Amino acid sequence: MTGTGSEPAAAQTIAELADARVLILAGGLSYERDVSLRSGRRIADALRELGVHAELADVDSSLLSTLAKDPPDAVVFALHGAPGEDGSLRAVLELLSIPYVGPSATSASRAWDKPGAKTLVRESGIATPDWIALPRETFSDLGAGALLERIGDSMGLPLVVKPSRGGSGLGVQRVSTAAELPAAMMAAFAYGDTALIERFVPGADIAVSVVDFGDGPRALPAVEIAPKGGEYDYVARYNAGATTWHCPARLSDDVAERVAEVAVAAHKALALGDLSRVDLMVPTDGEPAFLEANVAPGMTETSLLPHAARAAGIGVGHLLASLVRNAIRR
Amino acid sequence: MSGTTLDDYTDRYAQRVHGMAQSEIRALFSVASRPEIVSLAGGNPYTAALPLAEVGEMFADMIATDGAKALLYGPGQGDAALREAICMVMADSGVDLSVGASPDDVVVTVGAQQALDLLTRIFCDPGDVVIAEGPTYVGALGVFQAAQCEVVHVPVDDDGLIPEALQETLADLAKHGKRPKFLYTVPTYQNPTGVTLTEERRERVLDICERAGLIVVEDDPYGALGFEGKPPKALRARRREGIFYVGTFSKTFAAGLRVGWVLAPPAVRDKLVLATEAAILCPSALTQNAVVRYLTTMPWREQVKIFSELYASRRDALLTALSDYMPAGMRWTKPGGGLFVWAELPEGLDSKAMLPRALQQRVAYVPGTGFFADGSGRGQMRLNFSFPPADRIREGVRRLADVITEQSALSQTFGETHPPASDDVVPRP
Repeated sequence: MTGTGSEPAAAQTIAELADARVLILAGGLSYERDVSLRSGRRIADALRELGVHAELADVDSSLLSTLAKDPPDAVVFALHGAPGEDGSLRAVLELLSIPYVGPSATSASRAWDKPGAKTLVRESGIATPDWIALPRETFSDLGAGALLERIGDSMGLPLVVKPSRGGSGLGVQRVSTAAELPAAMMAAFAYGDTALIERFVPGADIAVSVVDFGDGPRALPAVEIAPKGGEYDYVARYNAGATTWHCPARLSDDVAERVAEVAVAAHKALALGDLSRVDLMVPTDGEPAFLEANVAPGMTETSLLPHAARAAGIGVGHLLASLVRNAIRR
Repeated sequence: MSGTTLDDYTDRYAQRVHGMAQSEIRALFSVASRPEIVSLAGGNPYTAALPLAEVGEMFADMIATDGAKALLYGPGQGDAALREAICMVMADSGVDLSVGASPDDVVVTVGAQQALDLLTRIFCDPGDVVIAEGPTYVGALGVFQAAQCEVVHVPVDDDGLIPEALQETLADLAKHGKRPKFLYTVPTYQNPTGVTLTEERRERVLDICERAGLIVVEDDPYGALGFEGKPPKALRARRREGIFYVGTFSKTFAAGLRVGWVLAPPAVRDKLVLATEAAILCPSALTQNAVVRYLTTMPWREQVKIFSELYASRRDALLTALSDYMPAGMRWTKPGGGLFVWAELPEGLDSKAMLPRALQQRVAYVPGTGFFADGSGRGQMRLNFSFPPADRIREGVRRLADVITEQSALSQTFGETHPPASDDVVPRP
């Protein structure tokens, strides 16, 4: 980092962290455990490379006593899925007065629930595809056939069906015909009790990382995702070579600027603090549409935030070190 | 602005690597190793039942007295003393001198897995057809797929591979001008079904293969782990020609040592030795030496009995729990040995789609799809009983039964739909 704006000079940040012990929480029992462990190792490596003392810890029954007995100076979340993203562990850290990087427990909890986040974001005037979120009981109570038919008629096709919580593309299906809808619902319900059915917006698949170094949130260059197989599924996400990422995204300057504005506005609407990744669909002629926000963005070798940081000329280690330092200062 | 794939070598990989990708199932299984999860998904033998202190002393003594040799390279074909000992072990399955089983024709491999790899390397070109049971051992499918073979499955029932189906498959392949390279079979306590090819079917299957000039690769990792007496004699014990017998110490001693073997006629043996030398130079002298010591100085047959009795009690625990908890519409095999039970879900349920739900309820299994090359198996699952203790097995089945009952209700809600054949597809997170 070069020290432009309010970003601290790299050497000064590292010097401030000379005696700090940073704990990276990774693993846990979520479906994204594997991805999380990979993110955690990358974060630890990036910090250690700068000489910051970073340790990796799994989330299990020994964590609480470890935290209480030997509290770290700051925690970085590499936990994907609950409890890393749903706010629960953040609440525990708040209880223990341990600083951490990223949004508060309350904000994380809001962003974690996709329908709730969409509601808040829409209320702030940001576009988001029309949706309906329904628990499984609604389908058993009202009859799935009639309900799905009504949903298909009202919302039109294609649709995207996904669990209302969770990431990594697990349980997500794009539905092009009404006949595919029941199976997509089953797949989403395998990952959670509420499914989000969202109108599919064709366009560029864009992820914008938003960071706040202390002077307000700002967008890093947008990353455009172009999976070779057409769908950004688990395989496309986590197998190098399966997806082409364009960073900065192939957008005109005007659109790129608007995308950055929308991402920052969504970040603010959800009060996501110093770090988030906002996912958007950008139609060829229309307003960028908010899909969801992630409070513990992936940091694996194929994840989106590291791309964006590189494109902005910021090393991932330096970015994290700054956020850690700010968390400790808070 | 051409973008990046984060893999600078994308256009340089060999054709055979193109289909290799980490799937979401692998991600889900990363959770299964956590102690909170009752994992019926593994395939591990219960090595904690070994006399570990004595094995430790054996290793120490081996290094102290024979370390200089044990830590060197060895012959590509494998240690001569081990090949002798392997013949002693095979004789228990009826594969002995009377059918021409000689130490000269044994090639020691890095587990049975390398034996399968070597056989496939020397016999199969890309596009060649291999016949295998459906379902079959997932590791064999990995070998065949890496060699770009076309796998054609032949169904099994409670009596093992169905001879009539094999006959039909061969006729069908012949009609299409295809000559399969070999039949890969696990005839005894099969992985994943646990079923055993009956005495009568063994002869019929071998007759069919003989008439068709079809080589048989007999994989026998579990034959020694019978719970109710000995299984029928190995296929190789019945014929001298046309059968390559693959064995391993992974289930009878220790999987971590990676010592297996293949018994093949001299000409094939020579090719196998050349292929293994090209691949790995030689199998580990250290672990071979350890197996020889184990077989010659320790009561290994008693240990196999200990494993068998332990697994028999765990199988009983699994079968009892399945009977006690599982909803109507489920059926499962009742293996007479080995490590696995194969269960069929009520109509309309999908074991692969259900896995996240099961993990949420803290129980893991392997969806049936992993054991087929053609995407079938969604209605089945493999359950392991060798590793978890009996009370954990029971608890795991209880949790699994809840998941299945809940999924049945969901399936009824959505009209018994089958998810699309492709994996989860995702436009965006």
